[in-house]
Amino acid sequence: MTQTLADRPSFDADTTAVAAHEVARRFGEGDTAVDALQGVELSVPIGQFTAVMGPSGSGKSTLMHILAGLDRPTTGTVTIAGHEVTALGDRQLTLLRREHVGFIFQFFNLLPMLTAEENLTLPLRLAGDKVDDDWTQELLEKVGLTDRRKHRPSELSGGQQQRVAIARALVNRPTILFADEPTGNLDSRTGEDILRLLRDSVDTYKQTTLMVTHEPRAAAMADRILFLADGRIVRDVGRSSATDVLAVMEELART
Amino acid sequence: MLRVALRGLLGRKLRAVLTALAVILGVAMISGTFVLTDTINKAFDSLFTDSYAGTDVVITGAQAFETDFGQPPPFEESLFEEVQEVDGVDAAVRGITDFAQLTDKDGGPITTGGAPTLGFGLDAENPAFERFNPLVLVDGEWPVGASEVAIDPGTANDEGYVVGDTIGVRARGPVEDFEIVGIAKFGSVDSIGGATVAYFSIEEAQVLFEKDGRLDGIQIAAEAGTSASELISRIEPILPEQTEAVTGEEQAQEDSSDVEEFTSFIQYFLLAFGGIALFVGAFVIFNTLSITVAQRTREFATLRTLGGSRQQVLGSVIVEAFVIGFLASVVGLFLGLLLALGLNAVFVEFGIDLPTSGTVFATRTIVVSLIVGTLVTVLAGIVPALRATRVAPIAAVREGATPPAGRFAKFAPLFTVLMVAAALALVLVGMFSNALGTGLALGLIGLGVVLLFVGVALVSARLVGPIAAVVGTVSVRIGGTPGRLARDNATRNPGRTASTAAALMIGLTLVTFVAVIAEGLTSSVRDAIDEQLSADYAIVSEDGFTPFEPGVDSTLASEETLTVSPVRGENARALIDSSTGQGAVDAQLTGIDPATITSAYAFAWDEGSDATAASLGETDAVVERNFAEDNGLRVGGTFQIQGPSGDQVELTVAGIYDAPEFWGMLGEVSVPIDTFDGLIDGPRNLYTLLLAEGGASEATTMELAQLLAVDFPGIEIDTQSDFKDRFEQNVSQFLNLLFVLLALSVIVSLFGMVNTLILSVFERTRELGMLRAVGMTRRQARRMIRHESVITALIGAAIGIPLGVGLAAIITVRLSDQGFAFSVPWDKIVIFAIVAVIAGILAAVFPARRAARLNVLRALQYE
Repeated sequence: MTQTLADRPSFDADTTAVAAHEVARRFGEGDTAVDALQGVELSVPIGQFTAVMGPSGSGKSTLMHILAGLDRPTTGTVTIAGHEVTALGDRQLTLLRREHVGFIFQFFNLLPMLTAEENLTLPLRLAGDKVDDDWTQELLEKVGLTDRRKHRPSELSGGQQQRVAIARALVNRPTILFADEPTGNLDSRTGEDILRLLRDSVDTYKQTTLMVTHEPRAAAMADRILFLADGRIVRDVGRSSATDVLAVMEELART
Repeated sequence: MLRVALRGLLGRKLRAVLTALAVILGVAMISGTFVLTDTINKAFDSLFTDSYAGTDVVITGAQAFETDFGQPPPFEESLFEEVQEVDGVDAAVRGITDFAQLTDKDGGPITTGGAPTLGFGLDAENPAFERFNPLVLVDGEWPVGASEVAIDPGTANDEGYVVGDTIGVRARGPVEDFEIVGIAKFGSVDSIGGATVAYFSIEEAQVLFEKDGRLDGIQIAAEAGTSASELISRIEPILPEQTEAVTGEEQAQEDSSDVEEFTSFIQYFLLAFGGIALFVGAFVIFNTLSITVAQRTREFATLRTLGGSRQQVLGSVIVEAFVIGFLASVVGLFLGLLLALGLNAVFVEFGIDLPTSGTVFATRTIVVSLIVGTLVTVLAGIVPALRATRVAPIAAVREGATPPAGRFAKFAPLFTVLMVAAALALVLVGMFSNALGTGLALGLIGLGVVLLFVGVALVSARLVGPIAAVVGTVSVRIGGTPGRLARDNATRNPGRTASTAAALMIGLTLVTFVAVIAEGLTSSVRDAIDEQLSADYAIVSEDGFTPFEPGVDSTLASEETLTVSPVRGENARALIDSSTGQGAVDAQLTGIDPATITSAYAFAWDEGSDATAASLGETDAVVERNFAEDNGLRVGGTFQIQGPSGDQVELTVAGIYDAPEFWGMLGEVSVPIDTFDGLIDGPRNLYTLLLAEGGASEATTMELAQLLAVDFPGIEIDTQSDFKDRFEQNVSQFLNLLFVLLALSVIVSLFGMVNTLILSVFERTRELGMLRAVGMTRRQARRMIRHESVITALIGAAIGIPLGVGLAAIITVRLSDQGFAFSVPWDKIVIFAIVAVIAGILAAVFPARRAARLNVLRALQYE
């Protein structure tokens, strides 16, 4: 459990957005204990679009939660932009999120009483930062919702809501953007749009992105694909086609 | 963040409104109380200021101390002539002030329900009269001759009297007929709080009130250039003993401060009920916010993932509570204006008619209402707000995540037990410790009861299961499957059900408490009367406690078959160490007839015997045991008794007896009637006790009642059991007033139940859709919600009623040495349980309709 500085992975905060070292997560105790993650070692370089794939129960969601500081590992350390997340208290974690982390959720998680634009700028307001109107404008244009800025989430389609969520995740120019099954609640055409938008933000803004998905087509958008099975990273591949991803998934399912 | 909170509130309007209602009623009660009492005070103020508008100096009789019913002694009329000779006196008028019972057109008494039946002598023929006169003649003219009277317009309107009619007036003697020659009102006031007012000429008043050659007051106007205080210093040398001169202004102030004492009592009394309603409201707010916080878990978690801090989450809930509290307080403040009218109507209904004119809306009313309402809401919101801060960010991505328990959660059971223990300790210490002052003791008891309610509400979460199992059996039997589901729903979230029920519990506890106390009170008084009263009849004034003119005694004494034993009563002071005048203690003085008292009143002698009373000498006194013990008096010992006029008599203790401490019929000191009358101006009877030959019989009762009705309207004849009933009626009237006021807090708890049910329906939308999809009819859905509501209400009753009985039992134990008995009014308790069921049914109406109207398809898709 106890770690010395020497045990930590060596990386450069200028090039590494998020890193995990010997991360393990156990749920429950005794006979009913489940090891969701067993010694995950990972480093995501800045500017990279990483997809995490795996069958359900593989631990991919748990990995993302821990990398994002939403959950704590049973053992191991996680670092975001050089800050050891696993060592931070609630207040510091909040400050870290404001500066370095963006989220996109499967169910969008927009605040129903705020307009699209207000949802978009919410992270800045929470942080007490000044809202940069040009930047807001640019993001609204990028996600194609300039004319819908005054609409409430209930007046937007699922795809539109997720686009607001993407703009919201980008608004504080986070070191890393976590996307949790971003297309899981959308039809395939709309999902495609969302994925292109994510890809575009990586290309345009060098936005480091880590996406958890179970859809090969989604993973095919990423620069790098990690395959998880039984709480371990079993494959770490570069950009691949959907067919190749599917092949790996089927291969993993057989073993 | 502010925007999130405010917009969130707007998005949940119905919830916000229902929550606000819980505060609105309490605040309205507070604001209404202030408005009502301020308005009454102002009405009286202007009344008294008007009364002395033209008056610079007032001369009245002076009392050594204030009494409940006594009047200052009248003085010799010759002073009037002397005063007019004083340098600087421009004009003066005479005045007589007394009490006169008027009759209605059928000869029955005009009842005032406790308000005075005033009688005044007016110096109308004096050329200076108009200068001083605050009265306005509405019709007719001023009374100047014999058998002429003017009355107030309120009485005239109520009884249908017009100028020229004949009206009966009873003062010292039997009723006499008067001709109404005028109708006059005080400034702009038609009626002074339900009082009847009769005006006579000075001469007629002197005859009527047996004040021949004497006056009660002189009003004086100073010449220009002479100040009131200068004039007083010139008048003072000629003033006889037992009179005083004050400025008109001072007199007006003194009169209003007497009234203010009364209104401030009403004010505290009503504020207490406002406080109770707010306290119940706090439970409702706490509960509603707790539920909404639980339902918004995902929202708070999302805020956290977007960089919201715990403080910001806390702030957003607090802001929400603040806004609800503030807006509700504003609404409550203005609703209070309406409620003031309603309260007034309630008081009128219960016989307390207060004058009002021009509503007073003071700054204090606004400030207190807004601050108290807002503060209570925010305080009630703190715990739910803290709970919201414990929502972990991961709840944004995880379904059904519940916030972790707080750091101190594991101590909760211990904490609850300690709280209940501390609460009980406070109540017991406050009640039984004699070392504490009344204020501190009441404070401790109040705090204890508040803590007790909170503690019991916390404990009751654990009682929800067992109680629901019992009361739910009925639901299962009559409600079938929906009844069973209702029972299970009620126990699904015991904490929520418990705190919903707690709001109703508080109201039921208090209602039960006052009912049990009232029952104990009446049964104690019944016992006390049984012990003491050996007379066949007691003659009393209509309300049973206001002393009445003794003129009735001689009429009764002329009946040969009757033994008449009048009992006079007045406040007096006993000076135990007569050499210094120190150690003056208040003492109720009664005047008894030694010849007859022992057959009318059963003395429980400690020292002495009935012979002692029968042979009571002029300066002998019979003393009640506690009074004797407290003041170190023994048989043969002496002490001074002082009447309100300041006159003193030295008394020797002839006998000591034991009276039921709770309700002694005689005063602490009893002296022969002659001694009493020598000491007290305008002596009056508490009761006249009668023994009839052959005992009480229906025929005798009828005969006596007729005799009294003709000559003494407003004086009643009671058999022993009537006498006991009369007290019970008074108690039950007051009890009903308390019930009406406590109903407010029950209504507040009703809103709480509606709120919880609506939120539960909302929360279980998908489940309800599923139930409907598998075959539940709308009717069954409604029934399910209704049963859940009734079960919740009955949980409140099952805890509240025993708690009320328990608290009453504690008080009874405390007062047991004063002869206070414990008696449970089972009939009322059954009614309270039925009220709880009805409350449950009412609370369910709207939520049940909502549940039944759900669109099945949409409900199933609801996320």
